[in-house]
Amino acid sequence: MSEERGFSRRKFLQGVGAGALAAGAMPDLARGAEAPEDAPDLAGPGPVPVTLDVNGVRTTIEVEPRVTLLDALRSRLDITGAKKVCDHGACGACTVLLDGRPVYACSMLAIAAQGKKIETVESLAPGGELNAVQQAFVAHDGLQCGFCTSGFVLASEALLRQNPRPSHEEVLEALSGNLCRCGSYQGIKKASGAAPGGG
Amino acid sequence: MKDFAYAVPATLARAAALWREAPDASRFLAGGTDLLGMMKDFVIQPARVISLAAIPELRGIREEDGALVIGAMTPLGDVIASPLVRARCPALVQAAAGIKSPQLRNMATLGGDLLQRPRCWYFRRGFGLLGMKDGKSLVLDGEDRFHAILGNAGPAKFASPSSIAPALVAAGAELLVWNGEGTRRMAALDLYRTPEREEESEFSLAGGEILVAVRLPAARPASATCEVRQRKSLDWPVAAASACLDLENGRVAGARLVLGQVAPVPWLVDVTSLLAGKPLDEEGAKAAAEAALKDATPLAGNGYKVQVAEVAARRALLAAAGKAG
Amino acid sequence: MRELNKGWPKLDEATHLGKRTPRIDAADKVTGRAKYTQDVNLDSMLHAKFTLCPHGRARVQSVDASAAQALDGVVLARAIVGEGEELEHAGREVAVVAAESEEIAREAAQLVRVEYEVLEHNVADASPDLAGEWAREQRGRDQGDVDAGFAAADVVVEGRYGAPIVTHCCLEPHGSVVEFVDEEHVNTWVSTQRISSQDEDLAGELGIQPENVRAVCQHMGGGFGSKFQFDVWDRECARIAEETGRPVKAMLDRDHELMVAGSRPSAYADVRVGVKKDGTITAWESRSWGSGGAGGGSSPRLPYVFDKVPQRRTHVSIRTNTGASRPWRAPMSPQSCLITMAALDDAAAALDLDPLDFFLKNLPFTERPEVYEEELLIAARLMDWRGRFIPRAAQQGAVRRGLGLSLHTWGGYGHDSNCSTTIRGDGAVTVSCGTQDLGTGSHTVLAVVTAETLGLPVAAIDVRIGDSLLPPSGGSGGSTTVGGISSAARDAALDALRQLLARAAPELNAAPEECRAQGGRVFVAAAPERSLGWTEACGLIGPEALSGSGRTDPELMADGVGGAQMAEVEVDVETGVVAMKKLVAVQDCGTVVDLTTAESQVYGACIMGISSALFEERVMDPTTGACLNPNMAFYRLAGIGDVGEIVVHLMQTEAHHARGVIGIGEPPVISPIAAISNAVANAAGVRVPYAPFTPRAVLTALGKGRGR
Repeated sequence: MSEERGFSRRKFLQGVGAGALAAGAMPDLARGAEAPEDAPDLAGPGPVPVTLDVNGVRTTIEVEPRVTLLDALRSRLDITGAKKVCDHGACGACTVLLDGRPVYACSMLAIAAQGKKIETVESLAPGGELNAVQQAFVAHDGLQCGFCTSGFVLASEALLRQNPRPSHEEVLEALSGNLCRCGSYQGIKKASGAAPGGG
Repeated sequence: MKDFAYAVPATLARAAALWREAPDASRFLAGGTDLLGMMKDFVIQPARVISLAAIPELRGIREEDGALVIGAMTPLGDVIASPLVRARCPALVQAAAGIKSPQLRNMATLGGDLLQRPRCWYFRRGFGLLGMKDGKSLVLDGEDRFHAILGNAGPAKFASPSSIAPALVAAGAELLVWNGEGTRRMAALDLYRTPEREEESEFSLAGGEILVAVRLPAARPASATCEVRQRKSLDWPVAAASACLDLENGRVAGARLVLGQVAPVPWLVDVTSLLAGKPLDEEGAKAAAEAALKDATPLAGNGYKVQVAEVAARRALLAAAGKAG
Repeated sequence: MRELNKGWPKLDEATHLGKRTPRIDAADKVTGRAKYTQDVNLDSMLHAKFTLCPHGRARVQSVDASAAQALDGVVLARAIVGEGEELEHAGREVAVVAAESEEIAREAAQLVRVEYEVLEHNVADASPDLAGEWAREQRGRDQGDVDAGFAAADVVVEGRYGAPIVTHCCLEPHGSVVEFVDEEHVNTWVSTQRISSQDEDLAGELGIQPENVRAVCQHMGGGFGSKFQFDVWDRECARIAEETGRPVKAMLDRDHELMVAGSRPSAYADVRVGVKKDGTITAWESRSWGSGGAGGGSSPRLPYVFDKVPQRRTHVSIRTNTGASRPWRAPMSPQSCLITMAALDDAAAALDLDPLDFFLKNLPFTERPEVYEEELLIAARLMDWRGRFIPRAAQQGAVRRGLGLSLHTWGGYGHDSNCSTTIRGDGAVTVSCGTQDLGTGSHTVLAVVTAETLGLPVAAIDVRIGDSLLPPSGGSGGSTTVGGISSAARDAALDALRQLLARAAPELNAAPEECRAQGGRVFVAAAPERSLGWTEACGLIGPEALSGSGRTDPELMADGVGGAQMAEVEVDVETGVVAMKKLVAVQDCGTVVDLTTAESQVYGACIMGISSALFEERVMDPTTGACLNPNMAFYRLAGIGDVGEIVVHLMQTEAHHARGVIGIGEPPVISPIAAISNAVANAAGVRVPYAPFTPRAVLTALGKGRGR
């Protein structure tokens, strides 16, 4: 392990560049382009630049490879709508949209989220005007303490973008990866079933 | 979680080369939903993490010579949504859909599900894969309610956690594995082994081998998966069963039943001899399910799983035959 | 002319009171703007994490934090227990580490080397036989002539019932942030149920004046009784901030949270109930046991609700090496309710009586028979009990339906609270109270009461809570908050209004007591056309805002509620899976302040009850004493698909309304576990003795499966 650290130090600058490049270029690579065999492509250990596209803004931060997307958002970018609850992909409080699909930000590395469009709950009400899903959550009291709320709002948002008129069963299915402890499910069901068309 | 060096190789060759540089300290990263959790708990502490996200061969669903090849890095959500998979293997779609979280299904991959580590709470709390302390099994003296009821005579008491392995084994799927030089094929069931010692793996992959794809054969048997979960929402099943039936004029010609979450490996039972030549009915399904659990050896506190698994098996067989369980 | 009416307006005369007001902090919560303690990020802030004891019971021999201290980014690492100190459960904090990032702190906490002498421990509590030396018999209690009661019985029904230790599992973990502004002044953010006294606790720890501490908890992510204490993590957070001169955040990781930061004691009992053939209860006898951790545990209140029955009860307190219990929403009541209602339901079944008739017949043994009768009959109508009840064991097939019912009670009298209301010259109104909003609706309650009293829209009220600089208010426990803060807010708003009317009355050529404020206008009651608009009237205030102060007013509050609940479940008797179909909750709570958040409290309590009935259980390893499921995959909470349909009926009549405000946070969480146990027994045909009613528990009760 100490060897790994030494290896990284020697190649720190190159490693940083390649790490960012590889991730940024991911869509092309996925279509079959190949990186040169000899390209140095290790990033870290230790802080490396990571560029995240969050709510339409690209920001580069210096974080260790081990930093999750959730921790990068919350404690490096001060975007705190996504909450840390179970930190193990079991509760949904950290839900964000990645290229439009809901994911658990706690179970993904920030460095692996480069090149993806990340949407957090903060993006849904630009200028303070609540979107349809948010309005429905307010109208049906789909929240109590509010700690699970951004996760539920985003899971509902993702559902309603795909399926503007979900059935009751489809609502339950779409929200079954989120947990609430206060027991706001009654309001959440109504809100997700009632919000026309989502955001 | 300890920090690590991170790489996103674009080719299988590069991924293998990165692994060979630090073979004891490297882990391949798929969707991350299992590995990162164990790294956070310091159960696994790799110094190098090699992401498989940018390797094109690992993605996509395509037909090849009548078979269906699904890349190992295909998210489970894509597997569920694929009309090709739906048409060929309902048991696989049902198994993947049993993972009740859109978020997980968007992140977790086919290969990651097959290679996820056991959910044994002794393992997850740092007592090792076999859950031993001072040479004694903590499971036998402790909380065994979710542990194995079959294949548990040795020190391994954990239950195979994969949701989709039973469906793939039942369907006779093969796995394509890249071994650093080329691709080898293996039966899905052969991915799994029961470790006898703590330092052994529950997988048969050699170090540095990468699961590339799953290959479903051209045949399209009738199939179904039945899971019994405590919660309707995201939860690990208590027991699950996948069944594939070869039907000829409505009569059973072949029947493969695979139980999940009940043994250290997916538990394959060939129930053809019990069912062959007749249409599958309630009585036959019951007999086959009972036969599948006949040799169960439950631990002190998990005898209920024998019942649950038997019911799952019966219902899976009936569902595969298109009959309500 | 009458003086301003201090009492609550009647239900049919109220504008906001008892009506549905959207939660006023909802917009902040659906946008991510609401800032919780976990969300506080300060410049150069350190993160603190703890090294936890892995053993059920151990004595610390040595702590070596040097490897942790040596890790890049670690600022401080040290033991927080002395050598020779005995630790009574796994998860006890042994050392603390502060580092530049959470990731580094967590890694460093693993590097602290601790040598332990491992001591004998006990984590078992479900059987009274297991406990041995760990059990302590408590003094028994007799009431009435129990022997005569049993002698008069036609049938004596026996059973064993109980519920295990469950956790609070607040979604926001416990923790705080501490920042020194200068050597004497400290800011703290803390996830707490009692912000008003956090400043004193912290000041005491740091040896500074309480007025130099500002404690803030604008929003908090759930408490349920577990967040009253000034905890070891709060203490260490403060000490490290003092030592390093840097802000420090100490929030618990989930495993730490589930091991130590709150649990509900277990309670089990062997019960004998004497009954006559007509269903009259003649006697109760129970021997209960249970544990709340190393200190043992308190006795359930048996028999619950039917407490006038002749009774004999004994209790054995069991010491377990598990994280200590904390008040859990209606302390000891869900357990007491389960044991009582299940035993009575079994008695009804033994007599082949419909439990609804049986419970109705025995209501004279309760404190409030009329209320319970009314509530039971409403619940029966909402459940269609009469049309749908099928006696036990009368069904075939794999999936069977069952109904069960339960009754509960609670106090809910308001706590001491202060409040201030200011009205500015531009018409702006601010209500300030040192209370906190646990998700219960405190923000909304204060706004509704103030708006009602001043005749303004709710949106016109600016609410400030969650700050130790505000007028002190009690902790939010025991369902005491709504009574305390609503009456104090009424008092404060009336005080401010009197001052405003004194300024406005001369303009209206009237005496102040002849004037009223309603509909956004100030006017002469006898001649409403003589009026001023609200801002016009406030224009008379001048540059100095009016300030009204208020205190809790006993005349605006009341005590004692009842509730009736009925559950419908489906039990798959082949797999043992229990599915909730419907839960009906009928509840009285006196004056409803805000119907939206009051109903949400009941919905939420029902769901929390369902969750502990079907899923929740802290699992401990007997060999090591470690907690095996301190995570949210295997410490299961009910998800959105697991709760079925919930029907809430609040008793909102003029008669109930006239009683005054009573808290509602706790009572509805009491009955679900009992009602569900009874519904499962009705469906499965056998009693499943202990919650949670998992496949294992149900199949074992049915005698299915192999082995044990």
